[in-house]
Amino acid sequence: MNTVTITIKKQPDLFLEADCFTPDALAGKKADEIAELPVFIGKTVEKIGDYFTVSGETGPTADETRLVFNGDFTKVKYIGAKMSTGEVVLNGDADMYVGSWMSGGKITVNGSVGHFAATAMSGGELNITGNAGNYLGAAYRGDWRGMSKGKITVAGNVGSDCATFMTGGEIEIGGNVDVHVMTHADGGKVIIHGNAKSRLGGQATRGEIYLFGTVDVMMPGYVKAGETELTIGGTKAVFTIYDGDQGERHPTRKGLPIYAKLYLKK
Amino acid sequence: MSKRLTDIICPFCGTLCDDIEVEVSDDGKQILEVYNSCAIGSEKFLHAQSPDRITRPRMKQEDGSWKETTYEEAAKYTAKILCDAKKPLMYGWSSTSCEAQSTGHMIAEQVGGVLDNTATVCHGSTLIAMQDVGIPSCTLGEVKNRADRIIFWGCNPAHAHPRHMSRYSIYSRGYFTGKGSKSRKIIVVDPRPTDSASLADEYIQVEQGRDYELLSALRAALRGAQLPDKVSGVTKEKIYEIVDILKGGRFVVIFFGMGVTHSLGKNHNIDMAIALTADLNNYTKASIIAMRGHYNVTGSGQVLGWQFGFPFCVDLSRGFARYNPGETSSNDLLMRGEVDGCLVVGSDPGSHFPIASVKKIHDIPTVCIDPHTTPTTAVSTCHVPVAIVGIEVGGSCYRMDNVPIESRKVVDPPAGMLTDAEFLGLVLKEVNHIKGVAE
Amino acid sequence: MTSILIKNGFVIDPVQGIRGDKMDIAINDGKIVKNLSNPDKTIDASGMVVMAGGVDIHSHVAGAKVNVGRTFRPEDKLQSTYAPYHGIRHMAGGTSVPTVFKTAYMYADMGYTTVIEAAMPPLYARHTHEEMRDTPIIDEAALPMFGNNWFVLDYLKRGEMDNAAAYIAWLLRSTKGYGIKCVNPGGTEAWAWGLNCLSIDDPVPYFDITPRQIVSGLMEVNEYLHLPHSLHLHSNNLGNPGNYTTTLDTLKLSEGIKPNNNFGREQVLHHTHIQFHSYGGTTWADFESKGKEVMDYINSHPAVTCDIGFVTLDETTTMTGDGPFEYHLNKLNHLKWANTDVELECGSGIVPYVYSKDVYVCGVQWSIGLEMALLAKDHMRCYLTTDHPNAGPFWRYPRIMKWLMSEKARNDVLATMKNEDKVRDRSTLGSIDRELTLYEIAQMTRAGPAKALGLGSSVGGLVPGMQADIAVYPYNPETESDPEKIEWAFSHAKYLIKSGEVILNDGEVVSNGNKKTYWVDVKTTPNRQVERDIDQTFVKYYTVNKNNYEVNEHEFMKNPCVVQIDAIQ
Repeated sequence: MNTVTITIKKQPDLFLEADCFTPDALAGKKADEIAELPVFIGKTVEKIGDYFTVSGETGPTADETRLVFNGDFTKVKYIGAKMSTGEVVLNGDADMYVGSWMSGGKITVNGSVGHFAATAMSGGELNITGNAGNYLGAAYRGDWRGMSKGKITVAGNVGSDCATFMTGGEIEIGGNVDVHVMTHADGGKVIIHGNAKSRLGGQATRGEIYLFGTVDVMMPGYVKAGETELTIGGTKAVFTIYDGDQGERHPTRKGLPIYAKLYLKK
Repeated sequence: MSKRLTDIICPFCGTLCDDIEVEVSDDGKQILEVYNSCAIGSEKFLHAQSPDRITRPRMKQEDGSWKETTYEEAAKYTAKILCDAKKPLMYGWSSTSCEAQSTGHMIAEQVGGVLDNTATVCHGSTLIAMQDVGIPSCTLGEVKNRADRIIFWGCNPAHAHPRHMSRYSIYSRGYFTGKGSKSRKIIVVDPRPTDSASLADEYIQVEQGRDYELLSALRAALRGAQLPDKVSGVTKEKIYEIVDILKGGRFVVIFFGMGVTHSLGKNHNIDMAIALTADLNNYTKASIIAMRGHYNVTGSGQVLGWQFGFPFCVDLSRGFARYNPGETSSNDLLMRGEVDGCLVVGSDPGSHFPIASVKKIHDIPTVCIDPHTTPTTAVSTCHVPVAIVGIEVGGSCYRMDNVPIESRKVVDPPAGMLTDAEFLGLVLKEVNHIKGVAE
Repeated sequence: MTSILIKNGFVIDPVQGIRGDKMDIAINDGKIVKNLSNPDKTIDASGMVVMAGGVDIHSHVAGAKVNVGRTFRPEDKLQSTYAPYHGIRHMAGGTSVPTVFKTAYMYADMGYTTVIEAAMPPLYARHTHEEMRDTPIIDEAALPMFGNNWFVLDYLKRGEMDNAAAYIAWLLRSTKGYGIKCVNPGGTEAWAWGLNCLSIDDPVPYFDITPRQIVSGLMEVNEYLHLPHSLHLHSNNLGNPGNYTTTLDTLKLSEGIKPNNNFGREQVLHHTHIQFHSYGGTTWADFESKGKEVMDYINSHPAVTCDIGFVTLDETTTMTGDGPFEYHLNKLNHLKWANTDVELECGSGIVPYVYSKDVYVCGVQWSIGLEMALLAKDHMRCYLTTDHPNAGPFWRYPRIMKWLMSEKARNDVLATMKNEDKVRDRSTLGSIDRELTLYEIAQMTRAGPAKALGLGSSVGGLVPGMQADIAVYPYNPETESDPEKIEWAFSHAKYLIKSGEVILNDGEVVSNGNKKTYWVDVKTTPNRQVERDIDQTFVKYYTVNKNNYEVNEHEFMKNPCVVQIDAIQ
């Protein structure tokens, strides 16, 4: 695998949209070619080379390409967006849409990311050592097809509206999470090692939430359905099981309704 | 001899009353009296007569004082700041006509602007909820003619939409509701015992910020599920009782306002209220209607919708339209420092936005098109006073239930004043000129 | 205005019976002319097909529910490229429900010049007109809905045809409408109470009238008023297994009614999206086609026309004035549901829908549309539509043409279906080897619908004197054999001329045109009773004053084109 290193040398005045910061878009290009590619600030079109130094060499295909980003990318959007393969390593913080619509490959962020990371993710891996903003792994506005596959790991805290309309895949959160987790979910799994506030699994028809910490307010539509001992995220514990959201329509299997499940560590 | 003009449309709130009568002087220049309107509406008409109205555009000088200029110069300045900005915000649009909005959109298309309306701090969350779950709704006449169960959730029409109750909801008599308020059961849900709550048959005092849970509990109860003893400060007995009242109705309607659109969870509260409405249709007939604020915020969403496909937060900066509230919403753009120029039309972010946003408006070149002096004009670099839509010029407006009504002109604007559509037309001309586009 | 000569194309014009002859078409001053000596512009159409501009008789492109479809589906904008602002082209986006700009550009790309908005709620008429005004290029008209209107229900129940006619004339004038649309007669009024009318004899709650009376009465009034178009009907029980009997019952109501107009229209009933109404079986499990039964009836009854509403097997947005149908559809697919009931008049519902070729019901629906069009004996009476966007987006018309013109193309689709055998088993499509000709396609897409709309003397053909709406397609019928080329060529008109103005030049939009909007103004005998009824009903039951109801022609219409009719008795 070949590595290209992109280091920020100048902060943009406004925010910079770098749709091409993916192995898919950069594979097979030389460093000086990459420096010529367009990035967008509002309506202006500028060059990657105006804001970043590019070194190293991409692989002939995206599969064999690793992009390493160094520096403060908090004014840069779309890193790894729509990537399907290859690898992205970000040493620093980034703004919105990291790994949004990604379908494969691996993104490692040694830092924190902004809102809308992994929007409608359909495959691959996203690891974040810091925190993530709101709408992590959520659907795009209006879409009933949220995150469907892949794995997201966040060591720190996560904002609100995580995993909205999730249908599959897994999100593991090391820290705390803000309101609205897995709202409208119809599948998938979210593991929370820290604490939650409220609105876990509201309007969910299927899917699983595992909570190790506390929750401030439970949804009224979750009903206790026994307890079980499980090993989750490498930790063994006894969990109380809740079935919900009872207010929502539920699919049935053999005449019995299937519920979303909330596992609260005892 | 004065004359009485009838069928006038009130350009204040989303109720968009169209039965106002205005007494004007013989020469048609002076509004003498306003009939049928509420106190706020009357004031809007009468205020147009105010002798201290600013009638010419003015530019802020370096020392902070204003200097009068011409509409032509103001249009040149506006065009220049919009063309120079990498990402100009073009905000407001809710207190003007669809014709003015449309002209503004053609400017935005060329200058790569972000078009956003006051829904962004009002019923934008309703629009997001609609995008997630839809909205079973109806026109206000359906409420008047059929509704026998009415819920006001997080809204206070007694103060915000004063004539709503008599024209459409509580007291109106219609085809199947001949006994007016006696035909109906009124439920008010609000953390505060408002004046509207005092009109209710049932007042539910919900715990602040727990509307989502209460709505969810109502849905669960509707499906016959068991509930905790208390949800959001309301006993489960009360919840089952409310569900029975609703199921027992022939036509249920839920009206909701800012109390739920901008408390914790925002769009999710509305989402759940819509879901409750949809569920009720399994038992009876039910609809839900947003109590839209500005008289033509609904119209702005409509015009943006048919021209660009999104109802607010429309980012045209890259030459095509994008939409994602949280990113392309005015306050996020301002507070994050994503925009470098601003045009405000027919609204007052200076009063309604957080201070951090207002500071940003102050720090970047901002043109404010508004008939009146407002907190926003105070932080703008250029103020363009215009004729008042619905009083001094007509134009298309959309009521809170999306019914389009053509507002009427009642009197002439002060001599030499332009309408906002005319001024925006001048700006568009200048933009075309700068961009070298043939008209 | 410039004069243009289109040289050497393969001209297809069913109006004149021209079947692909190599001819020149001359244009001067916005009209087609016999010949031209010194044209300002010459278009070399050799090796290409020349037809009149397309005419879409039924499409949902403007108005309140279309805009709900746009605004409540931001995700629809992600399903295709949002075309950027470019020259005179506005930015244009949306997939199943495109913006007004994209709607115009995509119709132009297909060589269409006239589009009928098929459902205008009268109270929302101003909105429909604002959208049509902002839609460039294409000529449009809108059909207000009458089948659930309180006045109409009341007058027809009492058999007061004069009053019904006077009211309908007033409403057409107030809303600047073009003809009488009827959607789920009585059923949408019933839906205001959460109910429906599923057969033509189900009584409408409180109004004591049946769909049978409504449909018959509206047909009668339509001819009483001598309207250019016939009653445009979406009958009861749409989309349900076994509904073909309701459809046949409804079609039979046209027997005995005679067309009475000066517009060359020969039908008294246009039944729209007939595919959705030709279902057999009792549930989705034994669901099957009854397309043959319904088409047999239409074939033998010249006073009936239909459009198909072809299912295109796409993700789309369903939207109809049939409120209860959308509610039931939402119960099937559980996606988002919007509904608007409109006081005293009508209603509508909107639900996104994914027609998947892996779902056998969708496969059968797809088969039924094609089967019916291939069984039709007279394509001057059977038109190509998708009930846009209900059965699929309009920009799929070229793909439907491919399916109609190529058995191989149909078999290719069937072969990719997960339930191919079951789909083949439930309709006769697989046994039909008919391949339509370009001539029949021209009947289905311009000559036929233009005639049914009463616009046959000015559009839909290439007769000298007609409006110069002309499309040139890069398709050579003498040499081309690949069915894919049909789809490509009819999505990429090389030239489009509308009212004599060049819109597409070498495939590029060069003008936003000079669109016009048709409406019908019928003079009827003054009727004090109806005037009083209207006044009183507005005061008592509407929430808008009567004086604020009428659509202002000059503010809200671009180039209004009024059709004047005298129906004074």
